[in-house]
Amino acid sequence: MAASSRAQVLSLYRSLLKESRAFPSYNYRTYALRRVRDAFRENRSVKDPQALELLLNKARDSLAIIQRQVLLTPAEQEHGHSRHTIQRSVLSRSLSLSLSLPFPSLLLLSPGSL
Amino acid sequence: MMSRSVTRKLLGSIRGVSTSARLNCPGAPASAPAAQRGRELIKSRELEKDELRPLYMDFQATTPMDPRVLDAMLPYQVNYYGNPHSRTHAYGWESETAMEKARKQVADLIGADPREIVFTSGATESNNMSIKGVARFYKARKKHVITTQTEHKCVLDSCRVLESEGFDVTYMPVKSNGLIDLQQLVETIRPDTSLVSVMTVNNEIGVKQPIKEIGTICRSKNVFFHTDAAQAVGKIPINVSELKVDLMSISGHKIYGPKGVGALFVRRRPRVRIEPLQSGGGQERGLRSGTVPTPLAVGLGAACELAQQEMEYDHARVSMLATRLVQKIMTEIPDVVMNGDPDQRYPGCINLSFAYVEGESLLMALKDVALSSGSACTSASLEPSYVLRAIGTDEDLAHSSIRFGIGRFTTEEEVDYTAEKCIQQVRRLREMSPLWEMVQEGIDLKSIKWTQH
Repeated sequence: MAASSRAQVLSLYRSLLKESRAFPSYNYRTYALRRVRDAFRENRSVKDPQALELLLNKARDSLAIIQRQVLLTPAEQEHGHSRHTIQRSVLSRSLSLSLSLPFPSLLLLSPGSL
Repeated sequence: MMSRSVTRKLLGSIRGVSTSARLNCPGAPASAPAAQRGRELIKSRELEKDELRPLYMDFQATTPMDPRVLDAMLPYQVNYYGNPHSRTHAYGWESETAMEKARKQVADLIGADPREIVFTSGATESNNMSIKGVARFYKARKKHVITTQTEHKCVLDSCRVLESEGFDVTYMPVKSNGLIDLQQLVETIRPDTSLVSVMTVNNEIGVKQPIKEIGTICRSKNVFFHTDAAQAVGKIPINVSELKVDLMSISGHKIYGPKGVGALFVRRRPRVRIEPLQSGGGQERGLRSGTVPTPLAVGLGAACELAQQEMEYDHARVSMLATRLVQKIMTEIPDVVMNGDPDQRYPGCINLSFAYVEGESLLMALKDVALSSGSACTSASLEPSYVLRAIGTDEDLAHSSIRFGIGRFTTEEEVDYTAEKCIQQVRRLREMSPLWEMVQEGIDLKSIKWTQH
């Protein structure tokens, strides 16, 4: 029971992060990633099964919301307008730093997330 | 999850709207008569093909909608389109349920009863309703209204209209830190004062007025207290009973909700009577007739509920980012003044004055950051912001002030980029400035006699 719910939580966490990375908007994307990480970190030590179920349902609802909202905002590659100032500078800085950063951060700085 | 065809249709319609979006540069409204004076003009223009979008650092002007708010609004834009005042069919009933739920969400955020919330078209309408409504209702015996010099334009303009109707209006001055003097307020209140209006958090300098103390004073003197809480709701904890507020204006698009909706809190115990501005079918308890826009109201409600849940997290984050920005800028360049009280403030609104640098030229230099040099809705006059004048800023410092807005979606990278760019540009502009040269040589600028030809 405990093992499956831990696996459940982890899989939900991974799905949330994966869907959040698909936001075309820089601000929404960074907010979603940050908020999901912080929310899971904050509730790391919750043991009560009812509270846990409540939180997991909230997480599942958030996943659905993110999926819908990602679909709504158009893929903006063809419009140069939407490339955000910060992405160019972050990309240039991250490429130079990527060699020294630990592995997990690399996943988040991968081209799919920029 | 939506089917592919629906998705394609939605994307098509949204794409059509977004490609025609224009970017209005921050200084445009204030610059129109600037051309007449021969100064540099920040022209509004569309972004070029490969130009990057600027960073958004103007959260006091408006905020992007939170995706969760948009998600709550969508069903009411698409499927549940009934008029909430239709009493005879399911479309009306479901819209009404949604509207009442939104009302409860707004009321819970400020500690009010849902029956005390009236939906309006925004904080401007709420301000107009409360000031004109209360003054006119009680005009038989009470002819005096008190407000401050740093209020939003809609409040000041409403008071000006009241003056032309024969009311006495006192515009109280503020101290140099932006806060009002409570002793002076006590002395200004007369037996025939009907309303005191003081905004909770100022939109230009971010100072937080002592609302609780003002509320206590007004209660003791039997005067109604209105506060424009557009910038404060959802960002700092507000409880209308604790703060002893009788009327409060709320704006949707300042708390990550939709534009075009707001709310007005009108206390029922003790009852505040208002003469309605908008006449019609008697909706919203007769105070504001007109169909309540269900999707917008639902959006406002969702935004308020979110704000309540995220308040602590957002506040901690915004404070951290604000300290980071201010520290970075102030340690790197000298002669920077932060306008407004350093403690009694909302951290997300930072107004800095850079001495010996012209404000508009700095804004133009920082063209890839969306900033403002004051309020977005001050009229197109070349004068520096009246708020800065009210706190006693020198004319030259007032011209060189920039307002940085930090919100829920701001990242550390954006703050760092803004700070670096700002430092770089201020240094560059100061290098070019002869005033700066003179200051470096030790000349006191105030002692100079500028010759007249």
